[in-house]
Parts: sequence; C-alpha cells; structure tokens
Amino acid sequence: MSFIQRSIRTVFLTELLSGMWLTFRYMFRPKVTINYPYEKGPLSPRFRGEHALRRYPNGEERCIACKLCEATCPAQAITIEAEPRDDGSRRTSRYDIDMTKCIYCGFCQEACPVDAIVEGPNFEFATETHEELLYDKGKLLANGERWETELAVRIAADAPYR
Amino acid sequence: MVELWNNYLWPLIWIVILIVVIVVPLLVAVAYLTYAERKVIGAMHLRKGPNVVGPFGLLQPFADGLKLFLKETVIPTGANRGVFIAAPMVTFFLALVAWAVIPFGEGMVLANINVGIMYLFAISSLGVYGILMAGWASNSRYAFLGALRSAAQMVSYEVAMGFIIITVLLCVGSLNLTDIVMAQKTVWFVIPLLPMAVLFFISTLAETNRHPFDLPEAEAELVAGYNVEYSAMTFAMFFLGEYANMILMAGMTVILFFGGWLPPIDIAPFNWIPDPVWFALKISAVLFVFIWVRAAFPRYRYDQLMRLGWKVFLPISLAAVVVVAGVLVAFDLTPVVK
Repeated sequence: MSFIQRSIRTVFLTELLSGMWLTFRYMFRPKVTINYPYEKGPLSPRFRGEHALRRYPNGEERCIACKLCEATCPAQAITIEAEPRDDGSRRTSRYDIDMTKCIYCGFCQEACPVDAIVEGPNFEFATETHEELLYDKGKLLANGERWETELAVRIAADAPYR
Repeated sequence: MVELWNNYLWPLIWIVILIVVIVVPLLVAVAYLTYAERKVIGAMHLRKGPNVVGPFGLLQPFADGLKLFLKETVIPTGANRGVFIAAPMVTFFLALVAWAVIPFGEGMVLANINVGIMYLFAISSLGVYGILMAGWASNSRYAFLGALRSAAQMVSYEVAMGFIIITVLLCVGSLNLTDIVMAQKTVWFVIPLLPMAVLFFISTLAETNRHPFDLPEAEAELVAGYNVEYSAMTFAMFFLGEYANMILMAGMTVILFFGGWLPPIDIAPFNWIPDPVWFALKISAVLFVFIWVRAAFPRYRYDQLMRLGWKVFLPISLAAVVVVAGVLVAFDLTPVVK
C-alpha cells in the first residue's frame, strides 16, 4: 500500500508541487529587508563600533595613560606614549589606534578603569585610504566629543550588567 | 538599376529591418528577464531585489549591461584566444538565430519554413558547441568540467525532448510552427498531452542549464562552470545567450503546448488583444515558472540528473510516442496532411 502511495506521489510530483506552492505563498509575505542607508536596524547598547576617547564633564581627558588597553589588545592595534603634563598630571602624549588592525573585541573598553576608551555605536566610518583609518589621539577625542551624548546613554544602559 | 533594387536590395533591407524588429525587443526582454528573475526570487526569499537604480530598480539591467560593457576583457594566458573569443559569440548567435522561425502571430514570422520545429531543434542542439568551446578554450579545470557536464546533460535531455516533440507532431501532421499553433485552435495540446507538457518543461530546464539542473555552472563545486574565465562583454554575451535561450525554450513550450499566439478562449474580450501580446504573455507565464522553480528547488546531483534523463524521461517519452500514435490510429484521429 505504501509502495502505491509512494509511486503516486512520485508520478504526480505532489511533493514538488507542494514545495512550489510554499515558495509561491512566501512571495506575498512582507519583506524583511531593511532599506539600509535610509532605514537602520536597532543596535544593542553593547554594540562595539568605532572607538572614542571621552572627557570628563569639566573638559579634562579621562585617559590617565595606564596602558591597560594597549596591554590587553589582542591585535596590538593600540600604541600609547605617556609623559607628565606641565601641571604634573600623567597624560598620554600619543594615543594611536590602527583601525585596520582592530578586531573590535571590546577588550580595551573593558580594561579601561576610567571609561576613557569606549567603542561607540558608529559603524559607518569606511574610508578610501588606509592612512585615514590610522586614528590618532586628536581623532579619537573628536569622536568622543561627537558621540558623547550617545556614549553616556549606552554606558548607563549597560552599567547594571557590568 | 530598378530591377536590382526591386529584386535584391529592397528584400535584403526589408529582412534586416524585420530582424531588428525581432532582435531589439528580444534583447530588451532578456534584460528585463534578469530583472524579473532577481525581483521574483527576491520576493520568494522575503527580500526586495534591485530597487535603487531608477523607479523600482527598473534601470538595473541597463546599469549592469553598462558595467559589463565598460570592463576589461581578460583573456587568460593559457587560453586558446581564437576559440575563447568565438565561444560566447557562437552561443549568442545561436540563441538569436533560432528566433527566425518563431511565429509571433498569424503570418508574423520571419521565415515560415516547413521544417520549423526541426530547425529549432537543430539550433538548440548546436547550442552545446558554444559551451564546449568555452570550456575547452579556457584551459581551466573548472571550465572544462562545467563544459563536460553541460554537453552530457544537453545531449541526454535532447533525446527525451525529441520524442516529446514527436508526440505533438503526431497530433499536428506538420513540422511547420504556424501549423502546430493552428492545430490547437480547438484545444491546446496541454490538455490531451499534459504529461508530455510537464516532461517537456522539465527537459527545457535541463536544456537551458537552469535550476535545478544547473550543474554546468554549479557555484558550489565549479565556481561558475564553463564561463569561469570570462569577463566583461564575453561574459555578457554568454549571459544574454543563456537568457535568450530561456525565452526561446519558453516560446517553444508555448507553441507546442499552450496554443502559441491563440487566446485561451476565442470570444470577444480575449480576441481583441493582438496575437503577439498573447504570445508574450504566455511566454512570461512560462518564464515565471522557470524562475519559480529556481527559487523552490535545490540542485540535482549529477548522477541523479543523468538517471532522470536516461532512465525516466527517455522510457516515458518513448512509451508516450507509442501510446499517442496508437490512440490516434485506433480512433482514426490521424491528422490529414494538407
């Protein structure tokens, strides 16, 4: 009996037809594509994008040149040089991140004791040359200024889980 | 002088005009077939498909064409230059030349030859040469394997296709494509010969190297099969040829089984629509199924493909020839040859 049933199914292509009917019904389902440059998907507060160096509200740099981020960076993308500033406080004189080496693991922001280096929500920083992706301190601080509002919100949102 | 003009020059110019009238819409149709394919498959995958170039992405095929046109044609050092360049031309040429005998309406045919279906069959058999040449001249193992598969596949399915066409011809009594369509005035052959129509459609899928029989260009194992070494216009010609062949095969399916340009019911609102429009609509419907099948099914394994061709299609179509001929003789339905 099962043999007959199987033969009938084979001869009348019922399985193929039901498969085709399924794809046909799917054709009228709403699309799941996001119209990317115009529409964007949601990002988690933990999303690890472009780096930024933050400042305290009074304008002082957070980074104290402890070099924990440099030490923990698995891709060795961070280069820091430090020397005392005129007022005697310890600050970086050089803070470079090679964004083409970076693997966006987020270890630097986890290592940072003062929440200075953070990975922001920005992932649209493609450039046409390699050199533009070799970020220096100025670029990172500028990023911090540009994204500060969002960075503060994200850190606050993630704080309970840290 | 006048005689020369009347007897030789004017007919020549007239033929060229007719060819342009057929080929230009055909190439536009090919362009929009690629667009339709991407849109329909996109929809079936819950994607949007091309929607950026022009309204609804309608200019996408031309953007693609322009891109291919402007790119550099790379010829591998190991390749046989002459054959390498000739192969896409052969494919493209054969895909276009077959359209000479396709009737778009009553009397609307470039060459109304009496062996139209034979001509079509011959041309579509020659199509394999372009692919073989490409595979051999590329001097690349992927291309070569793709060409071997393609040759075996096209030859195998052509046998079954031939027998299926014979069953239709038995019901018509003529090899002329216009006669084949006119014989379906009362009832389309898809109704009495439904299994043959299904078999024919599946064979055309294999014949045009379409999913689920697209082994010659299986991305997974052969990268792109026989056209792996081709770039720019040479690739574009393969692409155009392949899609023109798809439209041709859809046209053959329509002519043999779906009444060509005839309206589904020969009454008022239907027969107002001009013949070529009906023909185009039916071809579009068949092409939609081509694309639909691609979205629905995974690729066959090579031995399965060969088994289907030789052990299933060939015996069935062979039996069908006997059965159809038997029924026609037994009930005295043999068509009268005029």
